[in-house]
Amino acid sequence: MNAIPLSYYVVFSGLLFSIGLYGVLVRRNVIGILMSIELIVNAANINLVAFSRYVAVKPETGQIFAAFVIVLAAAAAAVGLAIVLCVYRNRRTIYSDEINLLKF
Amino acid sequence: MEASDTIFVAFKKAILGFLQGFLPDWTVVIVSILISITAIAIFGPVTMMYLTWLERKVVGRIQNRYGPNRVGIFGLLQPIADGVKMLTKEDIVPQAADKVTHFLAPVIVVIPALLVFSVLPFGKGMAAVNLNVGLLFFLAISTMSTIAIFMGSWGSRNKFSLLGGMRAVAQMVSYEIPMVMSVVPVILVTGSLSTVSIVEAQLGGKWFVFTPWGFFAAIVFFLCGVAEVNRTPFDLPEGESEIIAGFHTEYSGMKFALFYMAEFMSAFAISGLTATLFFGGWDGPFLPSWVWFLIKAYAMIFIMIWFRGTLPRLRVDQLMGFAWKLLLPFALLNIFVAALWQLLPAPKNLIVAGAAEAVVLVVIFVAARKDSPQKRTYIFAD
Amino acid sequence: MDALHILAKLGIFAAMLVTLTAAVMVVTLRNIFHCALALILVLLGVAAAYISLKAEFFAVIQILLYVGAIMTLVIFAIMLTSRIGDKTILQNNRQGLISFALLGLFNVFFTGAVLKTSWNLNPAAMAANVDAGVLGAAFMNEYVFPFEIISVVLIVALVGAIILGRADQ
Repeated sequence: MNAIPLSYYVVFSGLLFSIGLYGVLVRRNVIGILMSIELIVNAANINLVAFSRYVAVKPETGQIFAAFVIVLAAAAAAVGLAIVLCVYRNRRTIYSDEINLLKF
Repeated sequence: MEASDTIFVAFKKAILGFLQGFLPDWTVVIVSILISITAIAIFGPVTMMYLTWLERKVVGRIQNRYGPNRVGIFGLLQPIADGVKMLTKEDIVPQAADKVTHFLAPVIVVIPALLVFSVLPFGKGMAAVNLNVGLLFFLAISTMSTIAIFMGSWGSRNKFSLLGGMRAVAQMVSYEIPMVMSVVPVILVTGSLSTVSIVEAQLGGKWFVFTPWGFFAAIVFFLCGVAEVNRTPFDLPEGESEIIAGFHTEYSGMKFALFYMAEFMSAFAISGLTATLFFGGWDGPFLPSWVWFLIKAYAMIFIMIWFRGTLPRLRVDQLMGFAWKLLLPFALLNIFVAALWQLLPAPKNLIVAGAAEAVVLVVIFVAARKDSPQKRTYIFAD
Repeated sequence: MDALHILAKLGIFAAMLVTLTAAVMVVTLRNIFHCALALILVLLGVAAAYISLKAEFFAVIQILLYVGAIMTLVIFAIMLTSRIGDKTILQNNRQGLISFALLGLFNVFFTGAVLKTSWNLNPAAMAANVDAGVLGAAFMNEYVFPFEIISVVLIVALVGAIILGRADQ
């Protein structure tokens, strides 16, 4: 029994995606941008799992894809945060519009 | 024997049967959930109170003194006196502290500690919720307490709190990995993640601790559990002689009582889970099932308290080295031994698995030998 | 048992609403640590949505990985790099209004389009029971090649993050 129709999940994931996209466009703090990217990835994951439950030929396909997406998002977050730490050590700032010199 | 075994289940069924007469069906479901919740909410804090009493008595006896024995016979009313003291203490909040974070941290640290009691099988048919991913639920929810420790250390706006909090989180995250790895052989052999099925696979005395892989997996899991709840010898983040009191320096009164409560309830939950996974849960000959579970869980808690009274504290680099260089390779190689044990037929697997485990032990100890501290050579004294 | 179904539906809608509110908090709050806490709430709400989709194993994996590990990483990075207590630092740049307008427009059209589509639902998929065993079998039989590749990706990311995070020598 799936009480909630598929379209509600897709609308939910669309809203979450656009809130994440707003965050990526608007935040100055680089870690804030990374957190908004996590929102985008989670929205995509909900979409995958919802479709695999309702429409897919084999119901585990979406969950496996979403598992790979989680792993890749974790790797991206780890490397991204390491880069943020490097930038902080060199420039003492993590606001994206203050990091505007290629070579000092 | 059946009657005393399922006395709590029968009691709950009696209440629900009585209510079914005059309430609609969906209300009866909600009442059933509320009864389980109430049982856990009563059991958790009462256990914690008497665990503090047990700890003070046992550590006192190890140190060749009586524990508290003034308040009530054998000091049994001491936890109530402690509770009253903590409730009536003044609640001091630092002026520069982040109010919301500082307030929410003790609340959030209790939630995982209490939530994991819902998947422990306290007796036959007495797990509050029989989730089919129960074991993974336990491990996932217990990782959420790191967030609460971060909040506590950051919200206090105190350098020592921050340092203690970061050390505590680094320790907890490092010890999660060998903990999960050491549980994988149990899942492999049982074929299910549900704690109720794991206990049912060990019925009749075939506990997993009596197998070559299970003995060492139980030791690794228990040590990682002790490190997860920040107890000695792994209590660097909160040792009183180390860093004032680590991440809960700035908390007083009821908030400190909540942190303390969460630590003891987590310790009991880890002991209960060790008893479930490796020592057969509620399996046992004569006594009712829930008595056996409590005996096994309290035996594990007694070992934790014994550690506290006996062992000195590990330094932070020794702590990290222990997790990453010793426990993690050991847990990984244990999975292979468990797979060998599962694959081969009955009498041969014990010999092969025992031999493989001996080889693994030798390899791990030889590889770890070059990291162990050298014997000190004194220059000016003989 | 109809009342229980209605209660369950209300609960899931409440969880979705809490998730969206917390997501708005992630992109607007001034204190970056509070944003991280709001992101934890979003991840827990997403796990609740997975449970409502009957993907319980996946929900628990989401909590274990995202809340337990990735958020710990993010909060460590915040603690090591933040200029705390400085309330005069702007957190958002000047593209706020136009982003909101364009994304609002996108959402209106998207929601309308989604609610009008008739999806061809597959009742077999809706009734299937996907648990850890099914996922494990699929990983080992059909998706074994991406599984091995992703372990290589993780090793590369691990080594890269360690090298980037090392102090300059």
